[in-house]
Amino acid sequence: MSDRSFTPAFISFKALSGWLRALAQKATVHAPRREGRAVVYRELGDGQGLESFLRPTESAKHVLFPRSEALFSFQRQGEAAGAASGKIRLQEPEGEGPAIIFGALSCDARGFLSFDPVYDGCGTAQAVGGIAKDPYYLRRRANTSIIVRACKSALNTCFCHWVGGGPASTEGADLLATDLEGGLLLSPCSEAGAALLEHPDCVPALPEQIAAAAALHAAAERSLGEAPPAGELAASRAALLALFENSEFWQRQSAQCLSCGACTYLCPTCYCFNITDESNGIAGARLRSWDSCMSALFTLEASGHNPRAAKAARLKNRVGHKFSYYPAIHEGRFSCCGCGRCIKSCPSSVDIRKIVLAAIKEAAHV
Amino acid sequence: MAIEQELQAAVKAALPELDCIIGWGPGPDALRDAPLFLRDAADADVLRAGFFSVNNPALFLPEYKGRKIGVLVKGCDARSVGQLLLEGLVRREDLFVIGFPCSGVIDAGKAAALIADRCEAGELRSVREQGDSIVLEGPDGAFSLAKKDVRADKCERCLFPNAMDADLFVGEKRAPFAELDEYADLAAFEQAPLEERMAFWEKEMSRCIRCYACRDACPLCVCRDQCVAVARDPHWLSQADGIRDKLFFQIIHASHLAGRCTGCGECERACPMGIPVLLLKRALSRRVETLFAYRAGIDMQGRPPLLTFSLEEPRIKERDW
Ligand code: SF4
Ligand code: SF4
Ligand code: SF4
Ligand code: SF4
Repeated sequence: MSDRSFTPAFISFKALSGWLRALAQKATVHAPRREGRAVVYRELGDGQGLESFLRPTESAKHVLFPRSEALFSFQRQGEAAGAASGKIRLQEPEGEGPAIIFGALSCDARGFLSFDPVYDGCGTAQAVGGIAKDPYYLRRRANTSIIVRACKSALNTCFCHWVGGGPASTEGADLLATDLEGGLLLSPCSEAGAALLEHPDCVPALPEQIAAAAALHAAAERSLGEAPPAGELAASRAALLALFENSEFWQRQSAQCLSCGACTYLCPTCYCFNITDESNGIAGARLRSWDSCMSALFTLEASGHNPRAAKAARLKNRVGHKFSYYPAIHEGRFSCCGCGRCIKSCPSSVDIRKIVLAAIKEAAHV
Repeated sequence: MAIEQELQAAVKAALPELDCIIGWGPGPDALRDAPLFLRDAADADVLRAGFFSVNNPALFLPEYKGRKIGVLVKGCDARSVGQLLLEGLVRREDLFVIGFPCSGVIDAGKAAALIADRCEAGELRSVREQGDSIVLEGPDGAFSLAKKDVRADKCERCLFPNAMDADLFVGEKRAPFAELDEYADLAAFEQAPLEERMAFWEKEMSRCIRCYACRDACPLCVCRDQCVAVARDPHWLSQADGIRDKLFFQIIHASHLAGRCTGCGECERACPMGIPVLLLKRALSRRVETLFAYRAGIDMQGRPPLLTFSLEEPRIKERDW
C-alpha cells in the first residue's frame, strides 16, 4: 500500500467544512449533496451535509469529462462574413483551474483508470508514440485531486471486488477518508493528497484511529456479496467474442432493456462522446457531449444504415466493450469498476453481472 | 401469496399458445421486481405479481407486434394497453391479457426516505408482503412498514385498479382507494407564484443528465429512435448542457402525451435523478379532462382529442369568443 510512506491525519466533523472551504480558495471543490431523491456532486456550498456519508447517484466523471463542452468556438470575420471566402476566427475555450472531488467512492476513483489510456494516446501508442492525446481531458486530469470516502458497507448492486476494487481501495485516489467517531481519518495515497493535509485542523492521527479505520475497511469488505471464483471472470473476454453472432442470446438478455442512456451516463467508466457544430448566424461552437452506445443514433451512418438497429446489438456492445474488447487492448483491465450504478439506477433492473456470467456459461456449452 | 400462485398456474396453462408472457420476477434489489419474459413454463415459479411489481409491461408490447404474447397487467398497465390499442400501436388479437386485483405498488423512494436512519435501500436483504404491511430484512434485523406509507401516489388516486379488458382475471376485483382524481398535487403546486414555479423546475432540471429514461420508459412515447430530442436534421435541441433545453424536452414530452398519458408514472419512476416529471404531464391531463371530458386508456370507443379534429369542440366555444 502506498499510504505507508505518508502520515495519516484526523479531522473532526466540526472542522471539516472549514478545511474544505480553505481548499476551495485554491480549487473548485465538488462534493456530494442530497437533492430530492438523488445525490449529486455540487460545488461546495452551504448546508452540504458533509458530515454524513452519501453515495452519489451519478459518478464523478463529469468533473473531468463534462456532459457537454465547447472544444472551440468559431466566428466568421469581417465584411465577408457569410461569403465563402470569409475568414473564420477560432478560439480555444478558457481552461478551468484546479479541482478537488471530495467524497468520491473508491469505484469512482478507479473509474478514471479506464478513461486514462483512452484519452492518453490510445491506438497510436506503438505506432507513433501516443500522439492521440486529448488535451481537454488530460489537463483536467492533471489538475484534479480525488478524495475517496471509504464505503461503510456494500449495496446489493455493488461488485467492485469482482474487478479488482474494494470499498476502501486507494487505487486512483489521492486521499482516503474513513468515517470514524467524530471525524474522518485522512490517509494520503499520493503527494498531491498529502499536500491537501497542510491545514492546522488536520492533526496527526492516533494509532487507535488508524486501527479503527482498518477494522471498518475489513467490515465493509465482508458486507460485499459473493464473487465468482478468482480468475473466472477473465473468461468473459473469449466468451463474449464467441457469442457475438448469437442473436438469440442477446435478444433474451436485452428483452427488458429500454435502450435509454441511464446506465452509460451514470457509469464512471463510459467515456464515449459525440461532436456537433452548433451555430447561430455567423458564430458558433464545436461541442463535445456525452454519447451512449445504448442510443440508436450512436451508430447511425450517413447512408441511413444502422449496424446496431436493435437494442440487442446495443446491449451486446455495452457488455462486450466493458468485458471483452476493452480488456483485450488494455492489459486485461475491465472497463467496469463494479460500482453497480447501471444496475441500481436501471429503470428496468438490467443486471450486467448476470449477463456476463450468463455469457460465460453459455459460451462454455457451445 | 395465493394470487401469485394462481397466476403462476394460469401462466403455465396459457404459455403453450404464446410466444412469451411478460410479467415480473425477482430484481437486483429487495424493493423492486424486474420485468420477466417467460418463455418456458418450467420457469413460471419465479413469476411475481404484487406490491413490488412496479414496471409497466405495456411498454414492451409494440416490439412484439405480429406475435401472440401474454401480458400481466395491473390496473394502470391495462390503461396503457388500452391506449396502445386505441391508437393502433398493438393489435388486440395479438394479446392475451391477464389481470389481477392490484392493491397498489411501492414507491421505493418513499421507502428509502423512511428507512434512511437504519440503512440504505440497497442494503436490504429481503422484503415480503404481510397484509397491509411489508416486512423488511435489514442489516440489523427485521422491521416493518405500513403499505400506505410507501405506496406510490398514483395508486392513491387510481380509479381503475382492476384491468378492464382482460382475457383472464385472477382473483377478486377490489374497490379503488379514491373516487375522483382531484389533482390535489397540482393545486398545491400552483399556489406558488409563477417565478417560484419556474425556479423549481430550473432547480430540478439542473440534475438532468439527458439519459432519456423518462422517455424510454413511457409506454406511449412511440417515436422511439426517431425522437426529436436526438434528431440531427433538423437539430431541434442543443447539445449544450443547458437547463432550458432540458426543460424544453420535458415540455415536448408532456405535449406529445397530452390526452394520451394515462398517468402510469413510469417516466418519473425511471428518472435516475429523481426529477418529478409526472407533474408536467398531469397538468396537461387535467386540462384535457376539463376541455374534452377525456381520460386516456379507458374508453375503447373514445377518441384521443388531440388525435382528432372537430370543427367546434363542445367545451371550447370559440365562436362565442
Ligand atoms: S440497461 Fe437499463 S439503463 Fe441501460 S439502456 Fe437498458 S434500460 Fe436503460
Ligand atoms: S458498467 Fe455498471 S457497474 Fe460497471 S462501472 Fe459502469 S455503471 Fe458501474
Ligand atoms: S408520460 Fe409518464 S405517466 Fe404518462 S403514459 Fe408516459 S410514462 Fe406514463
Ligand atoms: S430520466 Fe431524468 S435525468 Fe434522464 S433525461 Fe429524463 S428527466 Fe433527465
